[in-house]
Amino acid sequence: MNKSFLSAAAFAALSMTAVNAQAATLDDVKARGELNCVVSTGIAGFAAPDDKGVWAGIDVDFCRAVAAAVLGDGEKVNFVPTTGKTRFTVLNSGEGDILFRNTTETMSRDADLKLTFLPVNYYDGQGFMISKELGVNSAKDLDGASICIQTGTTTELNLADYFRTNGISYEPVPVETNAEAQTNYLGGRCDVFTTDASGLASTRASFEKPDDHIILPEIISKEPLGGAVRHGDDQWADIGKWVVNALIAAEELGVTQGSAAEMGKAAGDNPSINRLMGTEGDFGSMIGLDNQWALRAIEAVGNYGEIFDRNIGPDTAIGLERGLNAQWKDGGILYAAPIR
Amino acid sequence: MSSGTSVEGSTSITSQRNIFSRLWNDKETRSVIVQIIALVALFAFFAFMIRNAVYNLEAIGKGFSFDFLWQPANYDINQRLISYDSRSSHMRAMQVGILNTLLVAFAGIVLATVLGFILGVLRLSKNWLTNKIAYVYIEYVRNVPVLLHILLVHGIMVHSLPKPKSAINVGDAGFLTNRGLFMPKPIPEPLLWAVIALFVAGIIFAIIFRSWAKKVQNETGKIYPVFWISVFAIIILPVLAYFLLGSPVNWEAPELKGFNFRGGMVIRPEFIALWLALSFYTAAFIAEIVRAGILAVSHGQTEASMALGIPRGRTLKLVVIPQALRVIVPPLSSQYLNITKNSSLAIAIGYMDITATIGGISLNQTGREMECMIIVMALYLLFSLLISMFMNWYNKRIKLVER
Repeated sequence: MNKSFLSAAAFAALSMTAVNAQAATLDDVKARGELNCVVSTGIAGFAAPDDKGVWAGIDVDFCRAVAAAVLGDGEKVNFVPTTGKTRFTVLNSGEGDILFRNTTETMSRDADLKLTFLPVNYYDGQGFMISKELGVNSAKDLDGASICIQTGTTTELNLADYFRTNGISYEPVPVETNAEAQTNYLGGRCDVFTTDASGLASTRASFEKPDDHIILPEIISKEPLGGAVRHGDDQWADIGKWVVNALIAAEELGVTQGSAAEMGKAAGDNPSINRLMGTEGDFGSMIGLDNQWALRAIEAVGNYGEIFDRNIGPDTAIGLERGLNAQWKDGGILYAAPIR
Repeated sequence: MSSGTSVEGSTSITSQRNIFSRLWNDKETRSVIVQIIALVALFAFFAFMIRNAVYNLEAIGKGFSFDFLWQPANYDINQRLISYDSRSSHMRAMQVGILNTLLVAFAGIVLATVLGFILGVLRLSKNWLTNKIAYVYIEYVRNVPVLLHILLVHGIMVHSLPKPKSAINVGDAGFLTNRGLFMPKPIPEPLLWAVIALFVAGIIFAIIFRSWAKKVQNETGKIYPVFWISVFAIIILPVLAYFLLGSPVNWEAPELKGFNFRGGMVIRPEFIALWLALSFYTAAFIAEIVRAGILAVSHGQTEASMALGIPRGRTLKLVVIPQALRVIVPPLSSQYLNITKNSSLAIAIGYMDITATIGGISLNQTGREMECMIIVMALYLLFSLLISMFMNWYNKRIKLVER
């Protein structure tokens, strides 16, 4: 009797493997009433808390847009700051629902790390920043330099490849966070700081004397930055994908944060806008939401152009041009798949 | 068995209950039962955890494999004691990390022990000032987390030392900068092997001479100056030979070229910061252990020894230290383990130890969290067990032999 009781207990314990990775993320988020969004520990313009502790930046706005589409309120986001190293573990373990963290889409991350990437929300490339007084004008002149580099990033691998193929030597100085890189760079531990060019511009903008530093002309890699979700929940991936597409399409169609509410009231002449605003068709229910999903996202954060200009555009301290990130009609490569 | 209405059935149930309560009330059987339950619960818990991990890894489609270790690592490492470049495998990166961990752990253990013994003795000093300085140092250092010490030393090195262009010239031999201490690198010539051979021979001679001298002392009471003869054989003789053979080493001096010093060797600020911070921190604990050990030897022992006419130095060496060591060594071992394990904080300042290589960059670039963490934990376990084994062996050796 004793024995059978014990084995029954052991069996009960073994069969209690209740964790289910396939659970619908949408239901979890709705039940929680809050979106857990994985962001960086602080890169101005992309994701950083401002002086009042409110998160702001491009990545943050995409988080808010998803929250607005799913929960109806762009403020219902719990930001999960991560380093380059912890981000995928946090997402894959279920601690975060969606990731917007200056993350380059690569094949191994997609296939091996089991992520599903959302459409690119910033086309970037790796650059080098160096103090002007060193008089260097090209990355090819960096022989023997000490270079600060964030560990666990694609930039780390690009750097090794670039210097190897060009036969230049360097001393890597590994750092964990952008802030640490800044301290080491300004303290002179390294001559050069390398990361995505947008990150360099953002870091430089926070310096006391930004003009003392230049970003070298060489861009040594392609860094398509985009959001990501876990493999295995296609509905949730679709929501992320179409929120990003909707914000990009909104700019193309001329829907702004201010005009969205008006345009969403009744169907107009342009069917593309009608489908986006939910006055025509039944697109929301295809992804498990109502038809005003895109309207709410645009109302919360504005269209892609507004997000760009507000956070990193030419009028901000970071001062980045649209460049590759202009709409395809304006010479860029932003090209949202149509909502139809 | 059904709870039948028959008389037979009910008696059987009562008797069963009796057996169970009898078993439970028996002290010895109860303890066996409780142990079995505890063991089964423990196994069930681990089985649950492992099953859960395997299940979840499978659910997201990630297999469990160590094949990635043979793929190129694709990243560079600044401090490498063996040849390594970005085309080397993750395995090689791990080996670089292992050597870096062992280097800082070993250097840390040596410095912490020396500092700890000095501080421990100072702490017992009758001189008020010395005593209090040691006291304040120990209390400050051991009550601030070691991570902060590491960041502090690193911060001081990076921010207060000059850049390479205005390096502090240490007698034309070394250059101190915020990128580390650049020093000439020895390049051996063939004749150097003769000096090294002489040095090894010196060590062997010293070991043999020591046991011989001990034997002679036991038999005849004659005492040889073992220490000085050993010093002569191990250090002075090879040094003399080195100069007689015309210094068979070429020194490659570091030279300022472009951004940095080229050539020579460099001790990076990351290593220095980690090494000093770990040593200073652990030395404070060792100092207290040493103080406790010395205080544990009652003063009567010293007095008795002096009364027998044994000089002060020999009293210390033959009476006090051997007894103090018995108290000091066991807790000292755990301090050595602490240094080794705390060296994983290297990651905070970018020192490339095993946590930063295989447990950091490799883990992140391959996404093999489980495998990498298992490797890193197994390695720390291995290092710790080896240190424990050595210290246990040493502890046995110095144990009081009772007759």
